[in-house]
Amino acid sequence: MNNLIRASVRCLRAGSAAGYPSMRLPAGPASFTAARLLCAATDMQQTLGEMVKKDKVVVFIKGTPAQPMCGFSNAVVQILRMHGVDDYAAYNVLDDQDLRQGIKEFSNWPTIPQVYLNSEFVGGCDILLQMHQSGDLVEELNKMGIRSALVEAK
Amino acid sequence: MVVTAEVLRDKLLKELEAVHVEIEDTSPNRCAASFKALIVSCQFEGKPLLQRHRLVNGCLAAELKEIHAFEQKTLTPDQWEKQKSQ
Repeated sequence: MNNLIRASVRCLRAGSAAGYPSMRLPAGPASFTAARLLCAATDMQQTLGEMVKKDKVVVFIKGTPAQPMCGFSNAVVQILRMHGVDDYAAYNVLDDQDLRQGIKEFSNWPTIPQVYLNSEFVGGCDILLQMHQSGDLVEELNKMGIRSALVEAK
Repeated sequence: MVVTAEVLRDKLLKELEAVHVEIEDTSPNRCAASFKALIVSCQFEGKPLLQRHRLVNGCLAAELKEIHAFEQKTLTPDQWEKQKSQ
């Protein structure tokens, strides 16, 4: 999954660069670079918009579900595991600095991990933990058609 | 700017009219500047969790850029009283 993201981001960047003529713009090289960076950043925002819609449960973490690289990211992975949610998209922000910065701007949230349920930003590890403890997470998953493993079979 | 627990506490007390703030510097447990905060404020009344946290994030926007990790627990005065009595 992470390789797919990296590849698609590279393609988008290459695509935006291809849109510029090979000769230098009269305004000078600095603005040319700035314009190209801005275009890449905008592409990232668009890509993120698609990423959070593609799957029901989407998390941006440090590391991977198999190997989280941070205690808070690990907490998110463990909570999902407890609820039996194993079919979700996890994006490793350590793989891509643009992704790491981009998702903070996209969500208007300063830290990682970040959790999206049904394309909606839910919060970070704190909020997910509190939702888990209060029973809200079970309910949210239920609304999305996901039956939590913690719900007792009737 | 060096972000300290005092800096965070003062800002929260002032801008969120917090009635109670506890800041724990958890940096020794983590790789870089990290804090854990308990904030009690009437401004959280009627707001869902995400909105409360965004309120805090907005208040500490400049400081959050400098620190690595931030945990927060946001309670209304009523919730705080209830928690204390448990």
